[in-house]
Amino acid sequence: MSEQFARPRPTRRHVVQGVLASSVAAAATRVLAAAPPTEVITPALIEAARKEAAVHWYTAMDLPAAEALGKAFEAKFPGIAVRVERSGSERVFSRIAQELSSRINNVDVVTTADASHAIVWKRDGLLAAYVPEDVARFYKPEHKDADGTFAIHRAHLSVIAYNKDLVKAEDAPKSYADLLEPKWLAKLVKGNPNYSGTILTATFQIARDLGWAYYEKLAKQKVLQVQSSVDPPKKIALGERPVMADGGDYNVWQQQQKGAPLEIVYASEGTPFVTNPNAVFKSAPHPNAARLLQNWMLSAEGQQFSVDITGIYSLHSEVKAKPGRRPLADIKLMKDDAQAVEAQSDQIKARYTQIFRV
Amino acid sequence: MKSAPAGPVHKQRFLIDFSRPVLIAVAVVLCILILLPMSWLIVYSLTDKAGTFTLRNFVQLFTEATFLEPLQTTLLIATSVGFLCFVIAAPLGWLVARTDMPLRGTVRTLIMASFVTPPFLGAIAWELLAAPNSGLINQAYRSLTGAGPDEALFNIYTLTGLIFVITCYTFPFVFVLVANALDRIPGELEDASAMLGGKTWTTARRITIPLALPTLLAGILVAFLQALNLFGSPAILAIPAGFHTLTTKIWSLFQYPPKPELAAAASVPLLLLTVALLRAQAMVLGRRGYAIVGGKYGSPRLVRLGWLRWPALLVSFLILMMPVFLPYGALLNTAFSKVASRLVTFDTLTLANIHFTFFELSATPPALRNTMLLGVMSASLGTLLALFVSYITVRKAVTGHRILGFLATAPVAIPGIVLGVGLFLSYTRPPLVLYGTLWILLIAYVTIELPSAFQQLQSAFQSVHPELEEASRILGASRLRSLRDITAPLLRSGVISTWCFIFVAVVRELSAAIILFTSETKVVSVLIFDLKESGDLGAIAVLGLAMMLITTLVIVLANRVPGLGGVTRLRNT
Repeated sequence: MSEQFARPRPTRRHVVQGVLASSVAAAATRVLAAAPPTEVITPALIEAARKEAAVHWYTAMDLPAAEALGKAFEAKFPGIAVRVERSGSERVFSRIAQELSSRINNVDVVTTADASHAIVWKRDGLLAAYVPEDVARFYKPEHKDADGTFAIHRAHLSVIAYNKDLVKAEDAPKSYADLLEPKWLAKLVKGNPNYSGTILTATFQIARDLGWAYYEKLAKQKVLQVQSSVDPPKKIALGERPVMADGGDYNVWQQQQKGAPLEIVYASEGTPFVTNPNAVFKSAPHPNAARLLQNWMLSAEGQQFSVDITGIYSLHSEVKAKPGRRPLADIKLMKDDAQAVEAQSDQIKARYTQIFRV
Repeated sequence: MKSAPAGPVHKQRFLIDFSRPVLIAVAVVLCILILLPMSWLIVYSLTDKAGTFTLRNFVQLFTEATFLEPLQTTLLIATSVGFLCFVIAAPLGWLVARTDMPLRGTVRTLIMASFVTPPFLGAIAWELLAAPNSGLINQAYRSLTGAGPDEALFNIYTLTGLIFVITCYTFPFVFVLVANALDRIPGELEDASAMLGGKTWTTARRITIPLALPTLLAGILVAFLQALNLFGSPAILAIPAGFHTLTTKIWSLFQYPPKPELAAAASVPLLLLTVALLRAQAMVLGRRGYAIVGGKYGSPRLVRLGWLRWPALLVSFLILMMPVFLPYGALLNTAFSKVASRLVTFDTLTLANIHFTFFELSATPPALRNTMLLGVMSASLGTLLALFVSYITVRKAVTGHRILGFLATAPVAIPGIVLGVGLFLSYTRPPLVLYGTLWILLIAYVTIELPSAFQQLQSAFQSVHPELEEASRILGASRLRSLRDITAPLLRSGVISTWCFIFVAVVRELSAAIILFTSETKVVSVLIFDLKESGDLGAIAVLGLAMMLITTLVIVLANRVPGLGGVTRLRNT
């Protein structure tokens, strides 16, 4: 009976053994924590992916652009069907959480516009470590994960924009403060941080730099509230509202390519900067196809394709920017901070809902 | 006609022995369908995250403005819609069923087209028409009257706009009830009134209307409940306008991080309100039934309108503009144009949207497949279950049939989104994890549509007088034989119309699907909703029109296939 309750008392030997063990473990983990080997696209990988025949890509990218990317991948690697599951980043995050918690392993690759999601997924151990060769060679350390679980697929901005047919250039807003003027009452449209990762990131940066008082005043402007950051550019192209208070810059560029008379405004206070992590899930139902897609999307070829059709900013150092798009170096950007977004995400959404009542 | 003394007796005893366990089995199925999700809902609403009993969810619900305002808004919307539907549908029903207005058959069919349209698709179409700046109607208004660039004839992003759109797609329910009831009033009653000296309008006032009054009240109640529990239209129109309804609030509670306890707590008032209203309706209507069709009744006497025929027709078509002509026109315009706010001309016509929807959008084929599969399966399963239950209740085949009837009608008290929440809570936990499969959607659809299917088949059974079956039984046929040779052929049209009704209702269902779907089990209604959130209007228009085309085709086919019921119109609801 007494053996059951007897606990070994720590002796000096235990202490020495403990220190030895932990230092060995520390050395071992340091070795393990080194980034995983870089991967190239090998014929074996392509063959294995072809056997899986499909890949499920959850993304917040604008839908026609995402489908075009999928089709380009299918053309390059025939026999692998790309199923695009497109929704706002916050929705995508919510759906992945719901599916994985019900043991529905459906997601292979994810591209989200909310950089904080990658932090959460990595912390929960959901991401597979996979480092394409291009990521190791051509991406700066701040644009990829040290442990190889994700890399930034692209960067874009949340901008002010207006319809040139409805607003003269001299009357157009030049800053966020301009949007609060009475002349813009019931003339603005904006996205919703509860749905869109782009808008959540932008809301965080603007609230940090300009204060929540800005949003409280903006709410009084009777703003048309849409969900996705790809929607305000479409709404101003339709002519429903003349000015968008936020929305994706590459979406404005896409509309301009279609002939819409839109103009981007880079606010004088700074423009929110949004990075889009790309990651592969450990529980991917098509692991090889997932890695193939991840590799291709982050390679020079995949990046160039994205840049060509959507005008986004690539962080691959060998990829040429789209001519006609203002270089990032020439724009006053607000600082992105994924860790802080992760910590404050719920408060931001709740406060926004409280202010805008949706 | 055979008459073997031992045979029928033997069969009858076999049937009676069989029916007891079958009754129990059906009752168990119905209980599981309905009681399981509802009990989980109540459990979740009364517990917090740790699982301890608490009333905090309800306290939060009734003290926070973010919950109270949607509740008030929802009640306001439902009351207005109920009233408006009565004002529109009752005269229209009378005109179509009781007068000699020309083209009343066409009007009836077009109102059915409005019924078949999903409310969320109608809301999107009305957005295309009546958005204050880019809406087609408002553009036309400004160019015709020279009004300033900020003026609009009709702003859809308002509470009034939302009430209007919901009314457009709810009044068919009231219309169908009123028109069917007026169809069935025997002509003899009005003949009697005429013989006693009553003029046309006196007869209408003192005979027809009082007989139709119970149905009118039931119709207003149906409209109220529909508006109360609608999700799609508010999600599309209320949120841009800056307010929530209770259904959109419940849905928003499911976004990350999900708060199922609050969602469950918010569902309870909806549930209780619906149950209370149904009890009130039962008390008010009492035991008054509709006239039984025993096979011999006079056709209704039509009121002669004289010169009022043409104004009446004009008014009917003006009413039909709202749910049918204008919205479908807008959808057709958007499907073929590059910019939805411009009217398409021959130069600007484009097929790019169609190409994108069917050849580039990778979510389209699985969504269409899932919808068709679920539509056919739910319709078949639901009709079968309803047929079985209605036979038992109408023919009083076994004791306890009234409980079965009650269970089959109970789901009407559960709003779609509430059922979605309940099913989600029940089937995302072991042992039966159906979340992520098509089965959970099948269960949801069958549960939601069972009450109407049951009521339709019940009235179809009631319209077949038992004396026809009894005659067959007296001549020696067994119960089963009578069913097969006498009742079933007479029921054919009722069964077909019930099947079609369930199919149509499943295709347009959104409130339960939006909670229960996953990326593999997406249906077209959810896909359209997703596309709306990202503003892909061209794809929405193409998908919506395709959906309507397929639904119409299925209905037409089901009615025309030889041997399946001949020419039947979707009359009942």
